[in-house]
Amino acid sequence: MRQLPQRGSVAIVGVAESDLGVVAPGLTPLDLMGQAIQRALDDCGLSLSDVDGVFSAASQLRMPTISLCEYLGVKPTYTDSSYLGGASFQSLAAHAALALEAGLCNVAVIAYGSTQRSARGTFVPQRDQNEYDSAARPRLPVTGYALAAARHMHLYKTTREDLADIALAARSWAQLNPVAFDRRPLTREDVLNAPMISSPLGAKDCCLVTDGGAAVVMVRADRARELAKPPVWLLGAGEAQEHHSITQMADLTSTGAARSGAQAYAVARLNPNDIDVAQVYDAFTITTLLFLEDLGFCPKGEGGRFVQDGGIAPGGRLPVNTSGGGLSYCHPGMFGLFTMVEATRQLRGECGDRQVAKADTAIAHGNGGVLAGQSTLILGTSAAL
Amino acid sequence: MTRIEISPLQRWQDYLREGVLAYQYSPDADRAVFYPRVLCPFGGKAPLEWRVSSGRGSIYSISLVHNPKADPHAVALIDLDEGFRMMAIVEGAAGTPDEIGRRVVVRIGQPTAEGAAPTATFRWENAE
Repeated sequence: MRQLPQRGSVAIVGVAESDLGVVAPGLTPLDLMGQAIQRALDDCGLSLSDVDGVFSAASQLRMPTISLCEYLGVKPTYTDSSYLGGASFQSLAAHAALALEAGLCNVAVIAYGSTQRSARGTFVPQRDQNEYDSAARPRLPVTGYALAAARHMHLYKTTREDLADIALAARSWAQLNPVAFDRRPLTREDVLNAPMISSPLGAKDCCLVTDGGAAVVMVRADRARELAKPPVWLLGAGEAQEHHSITQMADLTSTGAARSGAQAYAVARLNPNDIDVAQVYDAFTITTLLFLEDLGFCPKGEGGRFVQDGGIAPGGRLPVNTSGGGLSYCHPGMFGLFTMVEATRQLRGECGDRQVAKADTAIAHGNGGVLAGQSTLILGTSAAL
Repeated sequence: MTRIEISPLQRWQDYLREGVLAYQYSPDADRAVFYPRVLCPFGGKAPLEWRVSSGRGSIYSISLVHNPKADPHAVALIDLDEGFRMMAIVEGAAGTPDEIGRRVVVRIGQPTAEGAAPTATFRWENAE
C-alpha cells in the first residue's frame, strides 16, 4: 500500500512569514495567515484566485480551514486540518502532495498564524485532560522535555553545557537573521544561570513565545517549473506517532523522528550525510539534540559531543536551524511551518548573511506535543532531483 | 452490549481510597496496562483485569519543577515492579539525574476536602 508522496512529484514554489515577534494590537491569527499567504503567493507569482487547496492547523482556531477559507473568500476543492501539534505542517505538506498528485487540487496553500505572545493572559493553550499525570503537577510541555533531558544525561553523560551550546548556536544564527526576535549577545553562563523552569531545563533552554505566521505554496512538478522562483522539490516525507503522554513514551531518549526520518530518507533515496542543511523543531535545547541523533546526523548518545563548541553554529560541522530557530528567531505556539520556510530559502540561496555555501538538500523536521507527533520532509533543488 | 457503570478513572481512585495502588493487566498480552482504559492497547482482544501493585519501583527519569508561587517539587516517571510506568511526585527528591534508578515506594494520601481525589506520591524506599 502506497502512502507517501512520490519523490519530486510536487514542489514548494512560494514561502513567506507574516509579521513576527510582537504584532500590531488587534491582529488575529487569521490576519497573520492572510498576510503570509499574500506574501507567499507574491513570492511565486500566483494569486488567491489560483488557490483551490487549503491546509492549516492552529492552536487558537477550532476549525482552521473553515475559518481561513471564509477569511480568504476561497471555495476550496480540497482542505485538510490534520492536527499533530507542531508537526502538523510537515504532515499537511505530505497530504497536500498526495492531494496534488491525485488531482484533488492544483494550488495548495499551507498556512499558520498565532498571536500567542500578544494574547498572553487571555489565551490559554488547551491541555488534554489526563488526571493520572496532572496530579503530579508537571509544567507541560517543559517537564516532558526535561524528563527526556535528564534521562539522556543519565545514560550518555550529556551535560547542561552541551545543551547550552545548542542555545548559543541558535543565537549565533539569529544574529545573522534580520527578522529574528532575539539577537542579543548570549553566553554559556547566561544559559546556565538562567532561572530554572523544570530541571535540567532553564529559561534559556526553552523556546521563545512570539506572535507570527507563515505560508507555503505547493504545486505539481509541471507547473512548478513555470513559476517565478526555482522549485524546491519534495523529495521525501515520513510521519510517526508514538504516544501522547510522556508516560507512554517507551524510551525517552529515542523519538519517533527515527521512524519518520527513515521513511523520508528512503523515499528521497538519500542518507543523513547527503543533507546540506537541517531545520529541526527546537522547542527546547534537548529537542535539537534528540532529533540530530534520531535523524541520523550522529549516533545515539553522541548528540552532546556533536553540538559542543559551535558544532551546529555558523561555520560548524552541520548548519542547523539557520533562522535562529524557535530558541531565538520566533516561536508563535507552533514552529513546524517555519522550518519549511527556512529550508526553502536556504535551497534557493536567499538567506543573505546566514546563507549556507552549498545547499542542494535540506531536512525540515516537525515535532508535536511532548515528543509525540514526528513528521519529516526532505527537500532539494533541481540539482538534487 | 454492557454499559460502563464505573469509569476507569473512578475505579482507580476507588482503589486509592482503599489505600491500594491499582493497575490493569492484559491476560492476552501478559503485560501491565497503565493508565487504565476500557480496552487493551495490545490488540484489544481480552478484557483487562484490575490488579494491585506492590507500590514499589524505580525512578526512570526525574525533574525538579519550579513554580512561580510555591516551592519546587520533584516530578518523576516511575517504573513500577509490575511493569507499568506512571508520573508522580517524589517527596524529598532533588530532581537530579543522579537519582535515576533509585528505588521508591508509594504513599497514598487521602483527600481532606470533600470531592477531592486521593493522591499517589512516592518517597525513597530506604527512608521507610
